[in-house]
Amino acid sequence: MSNLSDSENNKLDPDRWIDLYADYLFNYTTSRIDDIEQAKDIVQETFLAALKAMKNYRGEASERTWLVSILKRKIIDQYRKMNSKKGKAEIRVSFYEEGGKKGKWLEECVPQSWGNEAEIEFETQELGVALNKCLEALPDKYKAVFKMKTIDNIETEEICNELNITASNLWVIIHRARLQLRKCMEESWFKK
Amino acid sequence: MSRKLMIDCNEASTICDKSQYNEANGWEKFKLRIHLFLCKKCSMYSEQNKLMTRIFCEHLLNHPDHIHLPENVKDDFKSKLKKQVN
Repeated sequence: MSNLSDSENNKLDPDRWIDLYADYLFNYTTSRIDDIEQAKDIVQETFLAALKAMKNYRGEASERTWLVSILKRKIIDQYRKMNSKKGKAEIRVSFYEEGGKKGKWLEECVPQSWGNEAEIEFETQELGVALNKCLEALPDKYKAVFKMKTIDNIETEEICNELNITASNLWVIIHRARLQLRKCMEESWFKK
Repeated sequence: MSRKLMIDCNEASTICDKSQYNEANGWEKFKLRIHLFLCKKCSMYSEQNKLMTRIFCEHLLNHPDHIHLPENVKDDFKSKLKKQVN
């Protein structure tokens, strides 16, 4: 199959896509979308969309980077679907709606000293398990926004547009996700 | 964002979260620094928040579970791609 790019730099070769990139794209997706079946579908859709978009490829990015950029759009679409299913009302609230004193830490959210932050060993398998457990316990929307910001570095404005939320909603979600993750890690890891 | 120099814990924690993504501006960071100097709780939150960013970021980026797609799934992808080409 001939490539349709005019560029001398990078070429597209769809015949090799599956062998070269399917695993990579699948792992990229499963670290962002929990459902394995959904992840498979998203990867498949990405390849099909890429095929259609080949004429737009300018050869500036590598083949893999280009495929990942298409995959990212698909993942955001999936996040948006999850978002519309859950309804939007739940996040239109502020930090301290539960009768807490305005601007002060709520009793149950007050940060506790962990005492052993300095000793934390990175890259251990047990830590990975604990982190995954805490991530999985997050509500879908918090998890989606947290991952989009933390690992994909997607612009706040873009996330807000895609999910139809305001910037202050987004920061409330991030704050709550972080509070919950912190509490979870405190119980399962730091206080051990 | 208010022009007041003194901020409450609510605003402090928001700025702290924003700065985890390099999205706090200079004035916000300055107000946060002053608040952290005076507030032990937020100061602890801020330190732990940095650690949280580090461990979750490293974890999510470096430890994808490296699952291989089964060959039959890949074959299925291939035949679908072919179908679309032809």
